[in-house]
Amino acid sequence: MATIATAPAHVGVEMHPTGLRSWLATVDHKRIGVLYLFTALFFFLVGGVEAIIIRAQLQGPNGTLVDAHTYNQLFTMHGTTMIFLAIMPLSAAFFNFLIPLQIGARDVAFPRLNAFSYWVFLFGGIFMNISWLFAAAPDGGWFGYTPLTTRTYSPGMSIDFWVLSLQILGVSSLAAGFNFLTTIINMRAPGMNLMRMPMFTWAAFITQFLIVLAFPVITIALVFLLFDRFFGTNFYQTSAGADPLLWQHLFWIFGHPEVYILILPAFGLVSEVIPTYARKPLFGYPVMVFSIILIAFLGFGVWAHHMFAVGMGPVADTVFGVTTMLIAIPTGVKIFNWIATMHGGSLRFTTAMLFAVALVALFTIGGISGVMHASPPADLQQTDTYFIVAHFHYVLFGGSMMGIFAGIYHYFPKITGRLLSEPLGKLSFWTMFVGMNLTFFPMHMSGLLGMPRRIYRYAADQGWDGFNLASSIGSYILAAGVLISMWNIIRSLRSGARAGNDPWGAPTLEWAIPSPPPEYNFARIPTVTSRYPLWDMKAPALTAEVPHTRQGDKAMHVDVAGKPAGVTHASPAPHSRQPAESPMHIETESYTARQLGIPMPDMTIKPLWVALGMTIMLASPLFLTKKFAAEQAGNAAAASSAMTMFWVLCLGGAVLMIAQLYNWLLTPLESDHH
Amino acid sequence: MTSVPLTAAHGVNDAHSHHHTSTGLDNKKLAIWAFIGSECMLFASLISTYLIYKGRSRVGPFPHETWRDPSTGRVFKEILDIPVTSASTFVLLMSSLAMVLALAAVQNRNVPKRTRGERILGSSQLWLLMTALLGITFLGFQAYEFTSFVREGLTIRTNLFGSTFFTLTGFHGAHVTAGVIWLLTLLAIDRKRGLGPRDEVNVDIAALYWHFVDVVWIAIFTLVYLIK
Repeated sequence: MATIATAPAHVGVEMHPTGLRSWLATVDHKRIGVLYLFTALFFFLVGGVEAIIIRAQLQGPNGTLVDAHTYNQLFTMHGTTMIFLAIMPLSAAFFNFLIPLQIGARDVAFPRLNAFSYWVFLFGGIFMNISWLFAAAPDGGWFGYTPLTTRTYSPGMSIDFWVLSLQILGVSSLAAGFNFLTTIINMRAPGMNLMRMPMFTWAAFITQFLIVLAFPVITIALVFLLFDRFFGTNFYQTSAGADPLLWQHLFWIFGHPEVYILILPAFGLVSEVIPTYARKPLFGYPVMVFSIILIAFLGFGVWAHHMFAVGMGPVADTVFGVTTMLIAIPTGVKIFNWIATMHGGSLRFTTAMLFAVALVALFTIGGISGVMHASPPADLQQTDTYFIVAHFHYVLFGGSMMGIFAGIYHYFPKITGRLLSEPLGKLSFWTMFVGMNLTFFPMHMSGLLGMPRRIYRYAADQGWDGFNLASSIGSYILAAGVLISMWNIIRSLRSGARAGNDPWGAPTLEWAIPSPPPEYNFARIPTVTSRYPLWDMKAPALTAEVPHTRQGDKAMHVDVAGKPAGVTHASPAPHSRQPAESPMHIETESYTARQLGIPMPDMTIKPLWVALGMTIMLASPLFLTKKFAAEQAGNAAAASSAMTMFWVLCLGGAVLMIAQLYNWLLTPLESDHH
Repeated sequence: MTSVPLTAAHGVNDAHSHHHTSTGLDNKKLAIWAFIGSECMLFASLISTYLIYKGRSRVGPFPHETWRDPSTGRVFKEILDIPVTSASTFVLLMSSLAMVLALAAVQNRNVPKRTRGERILGSSQLWLLMTALLGITFLGFQAYEFTSFVREGLTIRTNLFGSTFFTLTGFHGAHVTAGVIWLLTLLAIDRKRGLGPRDEVNVDIAALYWHFVDVVWIAIFTLVYLIK
């Protein structure tokens, strides 16, 4: 910490400063993206280890590797980790790194808030996993259904760890949501109107709406649970007249948008990858935009399809069945548009493209099984069986993770300046592809044969043995494939071939600047005249049929197929001129921000302290649980010392948070350079 | 490909985010609207839970009717005191008026004030203080209400009504508290160095937040107190 205190206020003389402080105090969206990426990959491996232990336990009948309680902890932590600590932050890594680059901005709207989001995520993830050290890992499922998770049935700290860490992680997602919404709406380069935004930015944009509107609902559901557990309220106490389905409704009103929060960014990534390696503009761009919006909108109206088995009655079941089937339409449109983009293109099957095509294929399988249990009668047969497990792993691993790996292979050169090894990448892809299908496809069968989810062992005569053995072998192959990619990343960080600005011949703004980009991103903000500005410069024939304006913002004569197709408004014109804007160009010079006179936000560690204070404050109720346990045991001394600890941590955390928050808000973003 | 040579001149007058945005709106203003959208879902969840649980409490006291405890024979009268809450609602509504005047005073700080009335209307410090004081008065009403309910036998643990009522209005009160702290901070800055052009948007977003919290209270007052 001494280095932090003595470090100079400006560490900006080098292009890419190193050292601990340059990471702890960074407010650069690219560095924060890198922090998200590597932290989330770490948690992805943790969740993977949990999955492997689960598969080892289920490899054969009557598994003896872990006991029932440990098994409950494993599947709960596997689900929670993969959703909140792996896929969401992996998406956030791309949001951070790519959104400002793709819209032609120098940073996000609130750089320090962005750092805050990362630190809250990190502390929340650590806090949740600390539970293993206390032998109190959450064991109520990632969905945390009441009444199992109420104090009566889960008296220990495990559910408290789960509830409190989800509250902490929610703050991270919400803060990032406000930040990215503002960034995308307000920080676009001149000419970057909404219908020219890269498809990843569109996916990210809509995802932020989902986060901002869905997370408050689970916040309240968790607040009710916290109050029930700590203050003895009655929200989930059916003995007091509470509705036994309240938690399920609130959870899934959040939980279903959440699955689109997990998949839409991956859709966005493959929508960047496929056109690049097919050398064709994305087929049906406007329809792709509208289908994302429609998926998100419908995503708020389908939550109860997770609850067909609870007996809501035929009317509710029918309505939610129909809305669920409706979602297949915009989703199917996306699948067909990706295929149409590839059709007739000059395809290059790089590793990124392989992963992207795998998403199209595997997500379709998961989508089809999804439509199957949109029908309540079919769902009643499938619910709580391994068929459901097969379904959501096809959409989450076959969909989200394949898309994210496509994104990693595609953007690693932009992020680090070095290429990943293609032979290793392809080896990793095929290993993962085989492993993933061998793991999850047999689960359809074991599910249809009646194998329930969440059982920690099964008898030998059920007809499930072969399918489970196949799944387990598949999971080991899958793990090997993931590890090859991890090795590829570690190796290429040091010794990968240098990537230029644009190793793939990609069409969007982020490829017009050096890899890794300088801290200010764009020395001169480009004026954007089409969806594919780099192809306009390098390969104009590719974009002949894309609507354009070459006159900047003011006149927006739209040409389709080379013929004038009318005039439209390009962008909110009066405000869209910046002093340093310039025509679309490629930047190769390496100047520092100071040499160029570009004001950059000062580095600051305050967001880290605020995040730490908040985490300590929100962690403090664990000592209330200790107090309850001590009271039950009749140990008054232990109860009162636990109570003291609660107050110390709660107030100490609050003081740290508020003091550093004031410190942050009263310090200007950047010191005056002029 | 670069045709224009890069020099320091390119960046010197390059404005950062406070001068240039795609929509012309300040980033903070967009962010507070996104935040308010999120808060709508937060309060929607709280209010719907209250409404779903309305009338489901197994034991009293109840909001709008008296209840006789069958085991003890004790009679609990209806808990909600609409005249008192109408007064606190009026106070909160007036605080929004004061907030409007505070923002106007900050925005028109350079307009010369000739008469005493103009000076009063144009005093941002006065109206920021007034808004905060009205907010504190509202919180005082709430503290009185909560303690009298507890005295009458309704706590957060008593029944579903108690749990939902105290959580919903408590969340609202916490929001008012945060708003009061925000206003007092702005007041302190105003007293220390005066609010300048860059602070306009800071008062503006505080006002948006304050009005939002006020609007939420109107929904709560109508749905919880007035509708039986």
